Amino acid sequence: MQTALALRQRRMELLATNIANADTPNYKARDFDFKQALADAMGISNGPLPPPKLTLTSERHIPGEGFGGTNFSPKYRIPYQTSMDGNTVEMDIERLAFADNTTQQQAGLNFVSSDIQRLMSALQPT
Amino acid sequence: MFAVFKISGSALMANSQRMNAVASNIANANSVSGPDGQPYRARQVVFQMQPLGDAHSTHPIGGVRVSGVVESKAPFKRVYDPGNPMADGYGYVNMPNVDVVAETVNMIAASRSYQANVEVINTAKTLMNKTLSIGQS
Repeated sequence: MQTALALRQRRMELLATNIANADTPNYKARDFDFKQALADAMGISNGPLPPPKLTLTSERHIPGEGFGGTNFSPKYRIPYQTSMDGNTVEMDIERLAFADNTTQQQAGLNFVSSDIQRLMSALQPT
Repeated sequence: MFAVFKISGSALMANSQRMNAVASNIANANSVSGPDGQPYRARQVVFQMQPLGDAHSTHPIGGVRVSGVVESKAPFKRVYDPGNPMADGYGYVNMPNVDVVAETVNMIAASRSYQANVEVINTAKTLMNKTLSIGQS
């Protein structure tokens, strides 16, 4: 649940960036697939590969580690209607996504809150 | 966590600067002579994205800023008005190159953009209050 809330927060920042740059020439709107990002973050998908490691055949070798794929990769949005200034923000879609994200985040916060309240009521002396 | 306020706050600033430019253009739509003796030229703001933190990260979020103010290169409107003290030898006066209709549209767009960002800030504030009150009855 914490992972989901953290991802919701990041998506909100991304959508806020899109809305803020609605009139910036050549700005490209970005978003990410929440379901896929959550599955990647929880490690329940065959998403990004783990960082590659160097095989050590001698104890004098220096261990090395490469960069793994990040589990967080916003994609560019494909606009339905293009504009002359190269901007791909479509305000209605961004607002819709923002409202959707807000509702889901509130639901998540409600779940966490009610979990804690249930725990508190179990701790109460009768 | 508080990046949303920075992002949308920068958009509010940028859009209010845009509103200022529009106000200046509309107010000076008939200013035949400025401090340099030339008719007023329409000014437009240029928006640019301003990444927060590392610009090359995989998660480039950021606000918007006004990177500059450009003056319109459009020719002045020439109006025949021989009685005007600013008229040239042929009786024509150079009027500012302000397109009042376009400026009005620009003003409406700026105010809508401002409203959208205010809404984002309010929503983020509600969510943050909700986060602060987790576990309270």
